[in-house]
Amino acid sequence: MNEEKDLKDDLDFWATNSEEGGWNISSTDEGSQKMLEEEDEKQIKIQTGSDVVDDYVYSEETTDDERMIVNMGPQHPSTHGVLRLQVELEGEVVRRVKPVIGYLHTGMEKTGEELAYFQGPTNTTRMDYLSPLFNELVFSLTTEKLLDIEVPERAKAIRILMTELNRVSSHLVALATGGMDIGALSMMIFGFRERELILNFFEKTSGLRMNHNYIRPGGVAADLPDNWQKDVKEILKIIPEKLKDYDEMLLDNPIWQGRLKNVGILTTEECFAYGITGPSLRASGFSWDLRKRQPYSGIENYDFEVPLLTDSDVFSRWRIKVLEIYESLKIVEQTMDTIPKGAYRIQDKKVTPPPRQRLDESMEALIHHFKIYTEGFKVPPGKAYVAVESPRGELGCYIVSDGSSKPYRMHIRGPSFCNLQALPVIMADSPIADAVAAIASLDPVIGDVDR
Amino acid sequence: MSFEEINVEINQYFKTVEGFKKDGYEMMIDLTAVDWYRKKEPRFEVIVNLLSVSKNSRLIINVNVPDEDLKIPSICEIYPGANFYEREVFDMFGIEFENHPELTRILMPDDWKGNPLRKDYGSGRIPVQFKNAPKVD
Amino acid sequence: MFSPDNIFTTTIDKAVRWSRTQSMWPVTFGLACCAIEMMAAGSAKYDLARYGMEVFRASPRQADLMIVAGRVSQKMAPVLRQVYDQMAEPKWVIAMGACSSTGGMFNNYALVQGVDHIVPVDIYVPGCPPGPQSLMHGILTLHEKIMEGEINR
Repeated sequence: MNEEKDLKDDLDFWATNSEEGGWNISSTDEGSQKMLEEEDEKQIKIQTGSDVVDDYVYSEETTDDERMIVNMGPQHPSTHGVLRLQVELEGEVVRRVKPVIGYLHTGMEKTGEELAYFQGPTNTTRMDYLSPLFNELVFSLTTEKLLDIEVPERAKAIRILMTELNRVSSHLVALATGGMDIGALSMMIFGFRERELILNFFEKTSGLRMNHNYIRPGGVAADLPDNWQKDVKEILKIIPEKLKDYDEMLLDNPIWQGRLKNVGILTTEECFAYGITGPSLRASGFSWDLRKRQPYSGIENYDFEVPLLTDSDVFSRWRIKVLEIYESLKIVEQTMDTIPKGAYRIQDKKVTPPPRQRLDESMEALIHHFKIYTEGFKVPPGKAYVAVESPRGELGCYIVSDGSSKPYRMHIRGPSFCNLQALPVIMADSPIADAVAAIASLDPVIGDVDR
Repeated sequence: MSFEEINVEINQYFKTVEGFKKDGYEMMIDLTAVDWYRKKEPRFEVIVNLLSVSKNSRLIINVNVPDEDLKIPSICEIYPGANFYEREVFDMFGIEFENHPELTRILMPDDWKGNPLRKDYGSGRIPVQFKNAPKVD
Repeated sequence: MFSPDNIFTTTIDKAVRWSRTQSMWPVTFGLACCAIEMMAAGSAKYDLARYGMEVFRASPRQADLMIVAGRVSQKMAPVLRQVYDQMAEPKWVIAMGACSSTGGMFNNYALVQGVDHIVPVDIYVPGCPPGPQSLMHGILTLHEKIMEGEINR
């Protein structure tokens, strides 16, 4: 304290008595980047944001003009869709956040009750539009669990191949938009460039770039195209090279590290409390991957690692996505060698319509085909919950069947919906500039949130 | 991986969930409801899906909620992550969660009437009209 | 080539129309799946920059074109109208995708059945979601429309 005062006196003396003439150097707080003092209790704050209203909030410590409510969204370039945040600011520091969602509510659970089971993937695929194949997969797996059928091995392998490629493309978009939000605009261009490779393969296989409706109850819609190995080999060759470029650009980049390290901390306990799974949980130092612990669709036969980081900040949430891309590519490489020959959908007359050639020969086949596509197949009554590991966390599907050909109730547990609850926790008491990085690190897809 | 399903009475619900939390079910994964309109009594069923990462097991708790008294205790105190899910069920089914910190509509606009996922709520389908199509009576 | 000696004559109408087509800045109005395809159209491979439209403006005041990319819910409808009202004239609207054109496959309580219930639409781009090529075709069609239309709308 004393030294500081001495120094100030010294400076004042030299400033006012120097030959250049005196200038006023009375101390000012401007430019000091010191954060406000942290609160003592380190327990998990249940930040529901219930007190944030569209009014100014008064408190004892601060005068009313220091706190203000800023409305971010719903139309905002960096909220990843139509998310709206009511942010309570004290100067530059975010004090409380309230996410307001529902701007993309599509009523898909209601629509799902009107569509037959074989139409269901058309509906669910549009929920999480960055990882559509996972949505189809989870719906199909749940229907198959209710039907108590097992799809052929080739169908399982195709499903793994497609979903893991989808994980790569989804993470690439997450890296791209995350980079764009923080100001690394080249990252945006790069991420979308590499994604095109995978989308081209998807287009070749399923006919669409997004919203494929490719994985259906009972198998997949079509077999892989001829020479698919060539395309996949190209993907496997190019993407790791480009990932190295990303690392060169960002990994040791001091600006990137400065923006992301020790920002937006989300600990394992907080993840548990809010039910957050996926990369955010793994970046907080807890290894939990449904592919390893509760395997689906035969993924236990593939050899891969679950990346784990312990810093639980935005940087490790970014880094873990890059590492997961490598692991997914490993799985894709293995499917190329091990994919079995055989049928790509189940040969069960109850579920699968007869092939096209049979329709010209047999009246019964025609009737059967017509019945399946108008009425749909009946599913025995019951309830089922199946979860898969989507790029954003646990993606679950809960179906209640009443024995008809349409689900009585179809509910999708979207990972983004849950992950969004962590926003008030990780944004609280950090500068507003970090808020955008925090949103990008959670990688919410609003279609999945609002459904 | 183990998968259990239990049915709980509504007055035992909060205690049961609290017990399972102590028992090692760290995460609440999902909370939703089913409307058994004219199919079953009582009409509503709330489904809570818990996950234990330490034991690698899942637990589904079904609670029946009668139509006459649509109230169920909130489990936000036990699992803060239940907040959004309970608001969603309130919005979509009209089930009230007691002691919830902020029970407002979450997906639909605030001034919306009705609860869309109830079975007696129509899907709101608008018939498609084509230009110059012949009139059908 | 463009030395001061050279003169070419045109009409004011044509000059105005031409200049309007050449750098038509879109407002960022990404809603759902189509927004990703819109971003893909703006990125390296498809490169909207060649039409002078790579700058997606966050502020509606600086934008000429609104690409409604995705499904419009009842909750979003007033926001969409407000953003449209904030744009300066002349302004155009592209309804990108089946959902914003007609409601698409979601004919239910939550969605506005076609964005033309709220704002006047110039071009409808079909597809679910339309690929970047389709979007670019829509944009070129809009350019044609502007070149043939009146300058006072």
